Amino acid sequence: MSSVIESHHDDHHHGPAKGLMRWLLTTNHKDIGTLYLWFSFAMFLIGGAMAMVIRAELFQPGMQIVEPEFYNQMLTLHGLIMVFGAVMPAFVGLANWLVPMMVGAPDMALPRLNNLSFWLLPFAFGILLSSLFMEGGAPNFGWTFYAPLSTTYAPPSVTFFIFSVHIMGASSIMGSINVIVTIMNMRAPGMDLMKMPLFVWSWLITAYLLIAVMPVLAGAVTMMLMDIHFGTSFFNAAGGGDPVLFQHIFWFFGHPEVYIMILPAFGIVSHIIETFSRKQLFGYSSMVWAMLSIAILSFVVWAHHMFTVGMPLAAELFFMWATMLIAVPTGVKVFNWVATMFKGSITYETPMLFAISFVVLFTIGGFSGLMLSIVPADFQYHDTYFVVAHFHYVLVPGSIFSIMAAVYYWIPKWTGNMYDERMGRLHFWLSFVGVNVTFFPQHWIGLAGMPRRYPDYALQFADWNMVSTAGAFLFGASQILFLFIVLKTVMGGKKATPQVWEGARGLEWSVESPAPYHTFSTPPKVN
Amino acid sequence: MFKKINNLSKSAYVALFMLSLYPSKVFSDWDALNMREGVTQVSRDVFELHMLIFYICVAIGAVVFSVMFYSLFRYTKKRNPNPSTFHESTKLEVAWTVVPFLILIAMAVPASKTLTEIYDDEEGEINIQVVGYQWKWEYKYLEDDINFFSNLSTDQDEIYNLVPKGENYLLEVDEPLIIPVDTRVRFLITANDVIHSWWVPDFAIKQDAIPGFINTAWTRAEETGIYRGNCTELCGKNHGFMPVVVKVVEKDEYSDWVLSKKEEAIKLAELTEKEWSLAELTQRGEGVYQKNCVACHQMNGEGLPPIFPALAGSDIVMFDKDRNVEILMEGVQGAAMQSFANQLSEVDMAAVITYTRQAWGNAENGDGEYVVPSDIVEYKKPKI
Repeated sequence: MSSVIESHHDDHHHGPAKGLMRWLLTTNHKDIGTLYLWFSFAMFLIGGAMAMVIRAELFQPGMQIVEPEFYNQMLTLHGLIMVFGAVMPAFVGLANWLVPMMVGAPDMALPRLNNLSFWLLPFAFGILLSSLFMEGGAPNFGWTFYAPLSTTYAPPSVTFFIFSVHIMGASSIMGSINVIVTIMNMRAPGMDLMKMPLFVWSWLITAYLLIAVMPVLAGAVTMMLMDIHFGTSFFNAAGGGDPVLFQHIFWFFGHPEVYIMILPAFGIVSHIIETFSRKQLFGYSSMVWAMLSIAILSFVVWAHHMFTVGMPLAAELFFMWATMLIAVPTGVKVFNWVATMFKGSITYETPMLFAISFVVLFTIGGFSGLMLSIVPADFQYHDTYFVVAHFHYVLVPGSIFSIMAAVYYWIPKWTGNMYDERMGRLHFWLSFVGVNVTFFPQHWIGLAGMPRRYPDYALQFADWNMVSTAGAFLFGASQILFLFIVLKTVMGGKKATPQVWEGARGLEWSVESPAPYHTFSTPPKVN
Repeated sequence: MFKKINNLSKSAYVALFMLSLYPSKVFSDWDALNMREGVTQVSRDVFELHMLIFYICVAIGAVVFSVMFYSLFRYTKKRNPNPSTFHESTKLEVAWTVVPFLILIAMAVPASKTLTEIYDDEEGEINIQVVGYQWKWEYKYLEDDINFFSNLSTDQDEIYNLVPKGENYLLEVDEPLIIPVDTRVRFLITANDVIHSWWVPDFAIKQDAIPGFINTAWTRAEETGIYRGNCTELCGKNHGFMPVVVKVVEKDEYSDWVLSKKEEAIKLAELTEKEWSLAELTQRGEGVYQKNCVACHQMNGEGLPPIFPALAGSDIVMFDKDRNVEILMEGVQGAAMQSFANQLSEVDMAAVITYTRQAWGNAENGDGEYVVPSDIVEYKKPKI
């Protein structure tokens, strides 16, 4: 290994190329990580703007701002962009930056594949967004695109949507292969699997989930394509097909997908809580086993999204019990985080604030998830705002808060500059208040009977929808502040030390801040 | 810790506090924030289950969060400069794996029991087929051969804020489903086009209406009254505009209603026999059009191309009467246009076709031919 590195000795000292070509042709994991993070931030703002359109329309009963058909396009694109464009690429960006540094590798194992998997994304989302300007409008069938609404009854742009999902899937699969190969082959000597940082563990598991389910999604959209253009009837009852089959296939992908969006968050939050509690993480091995059990269970719970499709009693009971079981490993993780903080020596920098609120609010999302798993009660909750509140609690103060926490935590390592702590805390508090004011009342309007994906609603839901919209605009506006803080940190600020945080442990903190363009060309020693 | 929090964070605290006061003053009706208990044994069981799980979650949350917030205040760097070094405890970890598991079993037992009750598939005293359409419901009483559609009756002007909204805004229909009290009613739920979902919160029934499948649900309502629900599966642009309204009446009243519906059917047959003038048909047709066609083809006949084509200036509507009838009777394969053969009576079918062939200048620019009810009767006769 080391002889190979030495034969390319010249490479170590050249810096990045200049200009646009640096970013187009780069095979450097740090550059590609940066590209992923900026891309996902751009998508977060676009998807967020769509959420603002949705919330503005729901500010009052009646149709005011958009027509129902455009409203449906907004809620579809909002979901697709946030899931595939914002959350997933952000985690891939973090993996790119951090996994090689955390395992003591010089770069990702497959750098050119890495470049390709990023540069596919702008095309995928360019195609998806261009459908807004097509005749008949953008996809309007929800991010879950249930057939036959997404086949026989879909606008013509559905074909472009299918193509775009294929490209995103290809990108994700390449990214996952890269992560797995890097982790399996390029760990520094002495770094056993059970010594790996939890973020690396969480990504190893996530990458396997992605490889397992992305082809299933590709299969689903290909079957749609066949139904639409080649006269097959996979999902068309009139031709002997089965619309429920679509949902089984979709959720066989879709449920592991939701864990793909939360497992890396578990890794991030574990690191941050450990650092700012100045105390070793409680129950490292049980954290790993919990993530593994969650990942395995994710393959046998998919039909809990489909309790109302009319499955036989035995199936309903099985999926209810299996789903409830997920609460056990998830609970273990929460208890471990609390036990880590117990008798620690805690300080409250911005990353820690985001991480603590992650634990609290993700747990609330977990509770509503547990409630949703109870089938008879789910008959009342299903497809109401209670569900909207549930999955936004696990995705916004869950996944997205963890990403923000990660940015504040590692940005001194990426840029060499400290962010502005006062502004970081302001951003946290505005986001925290905004997110709760937006989504907490949605539990109530859901229980009171407001269905989701409605452009207009009955009068009894008016007050809390107004509150929810006010919260959404506060949350939206505070992300502009986030953009400003990040830009300010990139441009300058107090210089960061290599260790950055007093309690920080791990290989990435052993290199300079900012991290040199090439790190660990010689593998570090791990005890 | 508090000293470290700067002024801006303090104002965030104040804002949070103010917000927590705001709702209790303005929104007095807290009952409207929870699930409804409903009017059936099943719906009450479901409600109790919901409250049980809710309280268990609150209790677990209270324990976990109080340990957490105690740690956050007690073990700050200032109060506890030297952190402990413990990082595992097999006893503790086994305990917080096993205890939640036992709590889950305590939840799963009543849940499974209630679910088994709901999944009782026995036939009802009355059996009603519920069919979802874009964007209305059809109710077929299988024993009494009664069959009608239930459309949103809220005025478009209310939706577009031109007039004040009524009390049951978006939760009212032209003809509700009517069922008798204290009677086992079974619903056979399916759909004609895309997937819909039929939800009546007060019965705790939510079943997807899926083309090609028949799902069942049952209820035994214990109180008379009007119960309102919704479609709960995204089914296209008017998903939010196809409510479910069920009227539960006394048994006598129900029998009377069944009789009156049968008389209505006889009257309608007489209407089909009648000689209709062009003016009469056009006038009737306009009403039918407003109720059944405007959602897609729009009041001005321009439609929303390419999915919902324009009728104004359409070659078929202006020049091809036979194809015009065929489309309404059979629908268009692979497109959003459904068959209206079972939705409209012969009179209404003839009237609405005549209206579209007369309106928006179609008569002046086209052949001006119109359709009478006997044409539709003729069309429906089996062809040899």
